[in-house]
Amino acid sequence: MMDFIVSHYNYWIYIVLMMIGFYGMMGKRNLVKKLIGMNIFQTAIILYYVSIGCKKGATVPIIPEEAHGVIHHINPFNYINPLPHVLMLTAIVVGIATTGVALALIILIHRQYGTLEENEILEIRKND
Amino acid sequence: MISKNLPVLIVTVPLMTAFLVVILGLLKRKLCYPIAFLATLASFIFSAMLLEKVILHGTIHYYQGGWLPPWGIEYVVDHLNAAMLVLVSFVSLMSLWYSGPSAEKEIPKSKIPYFYSLYLLQITGLLGIVVTGDMFNLYVFLEITSLSGYALIAMGEKHAPMAAFNYVIMGTIGACFYLLSVGYLYIVTGSLNMADLARLLPHLYGSKVVLTAFVFFIVGISLKMALFPLHIWLPDAYTLAPSSVSTLVAPTMTKVGAYVLFRIIFSVFGPHFSLEVMPIAHNILGWLAAGAVLFGSIMALAQRDFKRMLTYILVAEVGYIVIGVAIANRMALTGAILHIINDAFMMSCLFLVAGAIVYKTGTRDIYQFRFLHKKMPLTMAVLIVGALSVIGVPPMCGFFSKWYLILGALAAHKWVFIAVILTSTLFNVAVFFRVIENAYLEPREPAYAHDGGQPEIVKFDEAPIGMLIPMFLVAIGIILIGVFSGHIIASIIKFAIPANI
Amino acid sequence: MEMVHSIKPLLAILTSLVAAFLILFTGERHPNLRDFWSIAASVIKFAIVLSMLPIVLSGKMIEFTLFQIWPHVFLQFRVDAFGMIFALLASGLWIAVSFYSIGYMRGLKEHAQTRFFFCFAIAIFSAVGVAMSGNLVTLYLFYEVLTVSTFPLVAHKETPEAIKAGRKYLAYLLTGGCFALFSIGWTYYLTGSVDFAPGGFLAGHGTANQLRLLFLTFMIGFGSKAAIMPLHEWLPSAMIAPTPVSALLHAVAVVKAGVFCCLRVILYVFGPKLLSDLNLWIILAYVVSFTIIVANLLAIAQDHLKRRLAFSTINNLSIIILGAALLSPEAIKGSMLHIAFHGFMKITLFLCAGAIYVKTHKEYISDMNGIGRQMPFTMAAFTIGAIGLTGIPPICGFISKWYLCVGAMETKHIIFLVVLLASAILDAVYFFPVIINAFFKSPQTSNPGNHISEAPAFVVVPLVITAIFSVVFCIFPDAFTHFFKIASIATQNIMGVH
Repeated sequence: MMDFIVSHYNYWIYIVLMMIGFYGMMGKRNLVKKLIGMNIFQTAIILYYVSIGCKKGATVPIIPEEAHGVIHHINPFNYINPLPHVLMLTAIVVGIATTGVALALIILIHRQYGTLEENEILEIRKND
Repeated sequence: MISKNLPVLIVTVPLMTAFLVVILGLLKRKLCYPIAFLATLASFIFSAMLLEKVILHGTIHYYQGGWLPPWGIEYVVDHLNAAMLVLVSFVSLMSLWYSGPSAEKEIPKSKIPYFYSLYLLQITGLLGIVVTGDMFNLYVFLEITSLSGYALIAMGEKHAPMAAFNYVIMGTIGACFYLLSVGYLYIVTGSLNMADLARLLPHLYGSKVVLTAFVFFIVGISLKMALFPLHIWLPDAYTLAPSSVSTLVAPTMTKVGAYVLFRIIFSVFGPHFSLEVMPIAHNILGWLAAGAVLFGSIMALAQRDFKRMLTYILVAEVGYIVIGVAIANRMALTGAILHIINDAFMMSCLFLVAGAIVYKTGTRDIYQFRFLHKKMPLTMAVLIVGALSVIGVPPMCGFFSKWYLILGALAAHKWVFIAVILTSTLFNVAVFFRVIENAYLEPREPAYAHDGGQPEIVKFDEAPIGMLIPMFLVAIGIILIGVFSGHIIASIIKFAIPANI
Repeated sequence: MEMVHSIKPLLAILTSLVAAFLILFTGERHPNLRDFWSIAASVIKFAIVLSMLPIVLSGKMIEFTLFQIWPHVFLQFRVDAFGMIFALLASGLWIAVSFYSIGYMRGLKEHAQTRFFFCFAIAIFSAVGVAMSGNLVTLYLFYEVLTVSTFPLVAHKETPEAIKAGRKYLAYLLTGGCFALFSIGWTYYLTGSVDFAPGGFLAGHGTANQLRLLFLTFMIGFGSKAAIMPLHEWLPSAMIAPTPVSALLHAVAVVKAGVFCCLRVILYVFGPKLLSDLNLWIILAYVVSFTIIVANLLAIAQDHLKRRLAFSTINNLSIIILGAALLSPEAIKGSMLHIAFHGFMKITLFLCAGAIYVKTHKEYISDMNGIGRQMPFTMAAFTIGAIGLTGIPPICGFISKWYLCVGAMETKHIIFLVVLLASAILDAVYFFPVIINAFFKSPQTSNPGNHISEAPAFVVVPLVITAIFSVVFCIFPDAFTHFFKIASIATQNIMGVH
């Protein structure tokens, strides 16, 4: 049991991070805190992706020059899988764009209501 | 040259134009609208050409940059997504056409270039989701769609930024869940290509990882397509968005979400997975969808804001589609796909009408629609077509998808779903006839009825022609799709349903 | 049976659809031209229907397939003998009512006349569509259009009361529509077919209990339009509509479409044999017998003339269904004849009620004392219609009721004969006071004297003509439109397969 937990520690970390982020998004009233929660949530997934590409003792997937011509000697276990990492470049860009849009919205919201507390905003909307 | 690269042109033309619009917009603002229009028109024409090709020659594969799958990104166009492409690009074209006069009134002048840029990005994303054959590429397009959607919705009226912010939070959760699901599938298969996954997954049906991936996928995409009870972001966001935006996102976004649901369940996981390994998934989906139909119809009845009422109808319509997916026999799936097509038209039609009413009268309150049949008779005629279609009066298209859903439910002995579909029909009657009554009838005192007295004179004051033409085209579409639903099924939908169902 | 392929059914149906849009686009600017479209379309339509009559009389069927709705289901028109009766009735009486409604609407200076005539034409379009439908799906299509297009007519006055009646109308009929849709879907699922076949096509499919449930949902579905109790509530409320609407739609087209659909289901979907095997006929017969008696008792209590006529309609609709439910050839023939003859008599009565309203604005029977002296033609026609419905010769109601009674005797269930006769007596109980009031009591208010002052000719002439036809059809049941022969052919077809 202990072994199982330890050997999958990357998954546990991502789950914990994700839950923290989820709590931030759902539980917090302040919109900026919600946004921070969202960032943690996204980061957790990025970490998860990055970790699944890793292998113990493996190195970056750059094939040394002398290996040309003897390709069948390449042992995949010596190289980490670069694909998830590349995917995450895209995901990071998406994450940043989302954060940007959300921050812009927060500025608009603050201009409109003068507050960023969700309950106060709802109160204002109700009286409107 | 063009015909060879059609699948990618559909996406790249609006994408490139989106940047072009900003640059040109800085020089001359008047240019934005015609250029955006031309780009969407091009997408529509390409989609139509593609559909014709697919019907004649079968599925088309396109390898991005010449990289073969499963390494490169592959665009696959089969009957299902060829039809979806035509549908999405047609609805987009109509709403873009319509946005000419509408956006002029609702969007500040200085923001017009950005508005059209975002608009085109939204269309790019929607078309990209449909055309791609790659799981991660789908995620990217999903986010393009969502991001531009957030910004477009925030351009709306007073409380729109707050609605958009809620949408950002919910939408991001949905996208992240989808991404997680893709990650899980990647762990066990090492592939992101849909066709490749479909080949690899049947050997891994027992794996818990695949199960988890499936669940994450369902939750994620349910958030994006606003399946009850994950729809809470939708009514606010779509009500408060500018009319020209809600006419685009309301019909297309949820339908594209439904398409993704259909595609991944049946083309990637394969029908056997969810039907045999995880039949409970279909049960849960079915009950949620039934809940969506009832909840949406009842909530629609409780609204007096016309656009908000439509958003709840939209929630119910998503339910219809998912009911079809949940029943998952040939009839029901025919109904589900047909309903995706029909509902895009119906919602487009109704939101266009809502926008036109707001444009002319500035109100969305149903009880202030009096005398609208004199003021805007053409718009009201379109409203009736859309309303009758949602209710399901033949020969409008809404009837035919309901008919197939009912037949599918009959064959599967799902009596509850039949009851739900029929009950919601009645709710829809109440919902729409309340609007029609207010718009058409002029309640008077009984004594007044006979004295021949004239009510206050209401002048004919229709929406501009640029808004009327798209409305009429969509309304004609509703009738034509209804009349020719047999042909659509025989030439497209029949091939879109997995053969082993 | 021999098929003749012809485009005539489509033309007959489309005539009024085209007319509807011509009316809409002509609008209030040219009221004369607009009303001309109504009349022209009604005459052309009737002519086309009539031109199909010889083919039907020679025992053939006219078929026209427009296109495929989905695999194996077509948008198909098929004119058989039974459909011919209803088509002749609806299109023939449309001519009379076209003239009448022009007089009526102009006489009362009603508002929104364009909408009225537009919806009226659409309603006739769908009623004849119902008559000529070749299968359940086509039938349902027109059935729903009929329901929706009549709503603006019911709510025409736009008073709160009228709107409430309109809502009630929609609620009942569209709920019924849902049941009908479900039943049609189920039928298609069970048999893979929706095409009508004389003598039914459901036999041999599904279990007995499934079929019983299916019959129930069918009857709830179409019975709501046929105003079978307890689904009748909308019909008396709908009498708030202008009289031409009540006359043509709530005595002829709409409710008859409901009855027609019920008969189609009984005779062409289930078939007499299956119904008697399942013992369903007797349940249906008892339900409609209940309606027959109770509707007549309720009619006695009405003082509002049109409401009294509405309950009489409910009664007669159930009589028609009873005839079909009895499943004997004579009764079926009787009920088919009653569809046509009741149409002529009831439209006369409604048109009279409308004429009285146009002239005097009176709606209640108790106000109509002595009105027969003021409006002798109208009240004479009313008398003909009233005694005809009671079943007294020489008015055509006698013929149909005679066959119904003979059919009831054939079944050896004397109770149904008793029901029919009791209903005839009750008819007399509520109709004769109207006649007595009109002719023999002196007016309460200041007497306008004995001088005759009738409603406009546009109003009076049509009702006199329908009254004359009511008499002619008794003496020569096979005159002009050959109702008697058509009904015999239809009955033969149904029982022949039996």
